[in-house]
Amino acid sequence: MSEIIKNRYEFVLLFDVENGNPNGDPDMGNMPRVDPQTGHGIVTDVCLKRKIRDYVDLVKSGNAGYDIYVKSGAVLNDQHKKAYDYLGINPDSKKPKEDELTKFMCQNFFDIRTFGAVMTTEINCGQVRGPVQFSFGRSIDPIFQQEVTVTRCAVTNEKDAEKGQTMGKKQIVPYGLYRAEGYISAHLAKRTEFREEDLELLWDSLINMFEHDHSAARGKMSARKLIVFKHNNELGCCQSHVLFDKVKVERLSHDLPSRSFDDYKVTISGDMPNGVELIEKL
Amino acid sequence: MIGIGFGIKLKVWGDYACFTRPEMKVERVSYDVITPSAARGLLEAIYWKPAIFWKIDKIHVLNPIKFDNIRRNERPGKISARDVKTALKGGDVALYQDSTADTVQRASLVLRDVCYVIEAHFEMTDRAGPDDTIEKHYNIALRRMRKGQCFHHPYFGCREFPVQFELIEGEVPVSYYCGKKDGERDLGFMLYDIDFSDEMKAVFFRACMVDGVIDVQKCLCYGGVS
Repeated sequence: MSEIIKNRYEFVLLFDVENGNPNGDPDMGNMPRVDPQTGHGIVTDVCLKRKIRDYVDLVKSGNAGYDIYVKSGAVLNDQHKKAYDYLGINPDSKKPKEDELTKFMCQNFFDIRTFGAVMTTEINCGQVRGPVQFSFGRSIDPIFQQEVTVTRCAVTNEKDAEKGQTMGKKQIVPYGLYRAEGYISAHLAKRTEFREEDLELLWDSLINMFEHDHSAARGKMSARKLIVFKHNNELGCCQSHVLFDKVKVERLSHDLPSRSFDDYKVTISGDMPNGVELIEKL
Repeated sequence: MIGIGFGIKLKVWGDYACFTRPEMKVERVSYDVITPSAARGLLEAIYWKPAIFWKIDKIHVLNPIKFDNIRRNERPGKISARDVKTALKGGDVALYQDSTADTVQRASLVLRDVCYVIEAHFEMTDRAGPDDTIEKHYNIALRRMRKGQCFHHPYFGCREFPVQFELIEGEVPVSYYCGKKDGERDLGFMLYDIDFSDEMKAVFFRACMVDGVIDVQKCLCYGGVS
């Protein structure tokens, strides 16, 4: 097993959507989320975390220690026992202490180790804070939400049989480049034992999560850039906003709305503050 | 109490914030401004030791107060300790939450584009040892704030709303509300903090903003309610 991470990190993820809905708003009839004050598109933190969980569940399915606590869709029960075996815990052991339960959950579940979870066991509100923290993803430019009406040449109910077809609606963003930012705390990593290999898996999942999340609603989504700032110690070397400002995204097409990633220019300033390493993962 | 540390002024800002009102926390509604409790948590994320505790003196509200609504799919339940115990002992339980079945949609009324200056100092607790001098803790805190270091990244109420911070060593920037008609506001009863020494009792205070500044300690003098 690799070491628990010993560095603070920040990261910027740029991802785009073409003719799809990256994150529907339940308040707006599933229209793509938008900041009503500026028209920028939004993708919530939990939406991104869901995709990371699904990706890890997909690639690490059945591997001890990589179970996912908050699962989506079909659930395969028998995976779990493998995780228990991995710990080799004696079933006859004494009544477990409260923090033993937390430790057990952290060791078995990737998402608890990474994002934390609320457990009833601890005294202090019963939560484990994970090292990885996401903010909302936000589009570089205001997005245009489009409603597309589609037809289906079959009907659901017998009584509608004469109609012959039904109408449906799809909500799409023709194009949107989104930017999400995140933080990884080495100190919280200690508490949940978030290791170097977990970090690598997290980077992989950020790069690949859209590849395994294709659906009729999403359209074409892809990760475009993943820029990681690695501090040379646990506390960090400078303010995170200083680092985030190093990544600038500019729109090149000023006369026409943007429709592809080529319409944007990403500039990453290489002059890092002392002790910060810039890693372009993608 | 052994001594009172020197004060610091920290500018904090971010795109979103949610300082949830305890009376409206299922579908979260934020207070108009940061609570002293959230401000303390924010400082603790940067620097804290058992020997000290942070006390919030003043909160400067630099940006206009704006709200925004966000609805998300959330999980209503918590992990059951009993199930974890069973699993730990090798028992056969389904230890997961199914995110499609176990879902509720909840709205949050959150703040937008917030920017505050927090004026605070720390006091020494009775857990301070002989090596815990005020100067030592003050200097470590200052160093961290200057360099942007933190124990874990501070947030505005919820972890998805990260805080950017900067130590203010000169004048406090002028608030949007300074000299404005609506700069003088009675914000009503707000959570001051949780009293951990007294069985987690919530302490409330009547928050009044004058020219965009909430003098927390002065408001407390007018009467805290617990």
